[in-house]
Amino acid sequence: MAEWEVVKPENKALGWFEERLPVLSLVNNVVGPATPTPRNLNYFWNFGSLAGLMLVIQIISGVVLAMHYTATTGLAFDSVERIMRDVNYGWLIRYMHANGASFFFIAVYIHIFRGLYFGSYKAPREVLWMLGVVIFLLMMATAFMGYVLPWGQMSFWGATVITSLFSAIPVVGESIVQLLWGGFSVDQPTLNRFFSLHYLLPFVITGVVILHIWAKKISDSGNPLGIEVKTSADQIPFHPFYTIKDAFGAGVFFLILAAFIFYMPNALGHPDNYIPADSLATPDSIVPEWYFLPYYAILRSVDFPLGIPGVIEILDAKLLGVIAMFASILVWLALPWLDTSKVRSGNFRPMFKWFFAFLVVDMFILMWLGAQKPEGNIPLYGKFATLYYFAYFFVVLPVLSRKEKTLPLPESISSAVLKPAE
Amino acid sequence: MKFIRNIAVALSFSTLALTGVSAAGTAEHPLQVDWSFNGPLGKFNLPSAQRGWQVYKQVCSSCHSLKYFRFRDLAAIGYEEDMIKAFAAEYEVAGEPDEYGDETLRKALPQDVFPAPFANDNAARAANNGALPPDLSLMVKARHDGANYLYSLLVGYKDAPADFDLTDGLNYNPYFKGSQIAMVEPLAEGLVDFEDGTPATPDQMAKDVVQFLQYVAEPSLQERHQMGIKVLLFLALLTLLLYISMKVIWKPVKAGKNFYED
Repeated sequence: MAEWEVVKPENKALGWFEERLPVLSLVNNVVGPATPTPRNLNYFWNFGSLAGLMLVIQIISGVVLAMHYTATTGLAFDSVERIMRDVNYGWLIRYMHANGASFFFIAVYIHIFRGLYFGSYKAPREVLWMLGVVIFLLMMATAFMGYVLPWGQMSFWGATVITSLFSAIPVVGESIVQLLWGGFSVDQPTLNRFFSLHYLLPFVITGVVILHIWAKKISDSGNPLGIEVKTSADQIPFHPFYTIKDAFGAGVFFLILAAFIFYMPNALGHPDNYIPADSLATPDSIVPEWYFLPYYAILRSVDFPLGIPGVIEILDAKLLGVIAMFASILVWLALPWLDTSKVRSGNFRPMFKWFFAFLVVDMFILMWLGAQKPEGNIPLYGKFATLYYFAYFFVVLPVLSRKEKTLPLPESISSAVLKPAE
Repeated sequence: MKFIRNIAVALSFSTLALTGVSAAGTAEHPLQVDWSFNGPLGKFNLPSAQRGWQVYKQVCSSCHSLKYFRFRDLAAIGYEEDMIKAFAAEYEVAGEPDEYGDETLRKALPQDVFPAPFANDNAARAANNGALPPDLSLMVKARHDGANYLYSLLVGYKDAPADFDLTDGLNYNPYFKGSQIAMVEPLAEGLVDFEDGTPATPDQMAKDVVQFLQYVAEPSLQERHQMGIKVLLFLALLTLLLYISMKVIWKPVKAGKNFYED
């Protein structure tokens, strides 16, 4: 960890305050000039701060939406339409919030897969990585409950399907579902508690993000070469170099986000959610938001029990499916111990590279499969894609850790990045 | 990045493996119309939207409600205030109870929602052979490719093919899911007398009413399109400036300067 550099402002009043609460020092040492950072970070390192920015946008737009939203089953849909039609720039704020959720996930997915490729989960950054997984799980819960709030058809039926999953848990499952619903079906109490939790969880996320950044400060940023910082020549100050680079990245990211908000605001949503919730009419197909589709595909693909057919059934199909779905994310927590290769960066792992590329493709395939009706060959493809997903973590990584012949690592960051002096 | 290339190669292999997969469609793909509101510069076609309002009022509104639409919203498709008041005054809505507490009726005002044709869903079903005519306020957004879908549905009525098993009381329409729909063909030649003299062909009426319903579903569309251009231009310029700043600021780093030399 880099040394803590105290700021001593020349202004007397500021100095007095700084002595009592060192806010400037904090900023200086986390994103300031006194934050030595590897000089070779590529654009994949932009997505952490972008995700942080999206969290802020979601909280601000969400707080404004909550001022106009009504969390009762009879009025929720109407109140959203009122926001769209009668609230000043309500349409803009709602489209920002709805598309912002998707872009938050895009930023976080790229951030996570950057970590998977460059070995960001390896020592000494295990806790940093695991806090990230916790943030992702909280985000999923928040996004899921947020999607229920407009009380459209997909809101209602998505909520019904996903909450019902918990009933697969033996003994306590039914009680958990009733607790989530606040009754015996998705109804008024469900909507009200989801609204409350949807407002709460972003602040819990903010708290874990602070821990995540703290852990980053302790272990320092990783880098694309995956080697430790050796000399001061390997580093540059975070400010102004990475602040300006992050700002440029944010500009590009917001251009794309704005194109969605202004020109295809409903492209990432489902048209059925513009139909008010109706507990008597099941939609044609119940499809979750795109960012949940891979896990939904895994859930549907595991439709067989665990055990020996006709002899013993250890876990029934429904429970095994639910376990597989949650395990698909929880397995990330075990990554530091599944992948024990000494080399962090995928750039120096010729075999790993290919398996990783197929994992990325596998995620897209699972995403596509999750949106299809489970007919024809779709369930079969789902089984293969699910098999590869888990094999990557439980077979490929442990085996590669032992067998793979890695490429030689460079001497130091500066020697690899800088041209030799002429 | 090298691994992006790897991903691309891996992706092409997987696409090969998955070709041949196709989901069974239950409805014909909608006809594609070149709408005035399409694209980044898309706007409402006001004469068409006004004709569409006439079609809705004279044809659709006998069965379909428009619960998020208020008479005052007609201002945005080019009607003057006195005309809007006159339109509203053609309808009666529930007023305040009188001094004895009895219910009263009053003429509708611009701030009133367009009155629904039926008192409730059950009344609507009873009058329509058991089928519930849906509210049309959000219809364009509540269907995939909504504008084209509605247009296709309105002009898509045909005689059922000989081998099609049509249920009694339903009508054949290949654009509707399952190809049979409770609504009878609503548009016929000359059904509406357009105020601007446009010949009222079914095709014209369908296009106009979709134009109107697009406005009702997304009143902010035009404002959104116009604001979007400003926002994108601003962001593009800002991003360009940030890019140039970054290049300038990073020069010493690229030159290999060590910032921590003691």
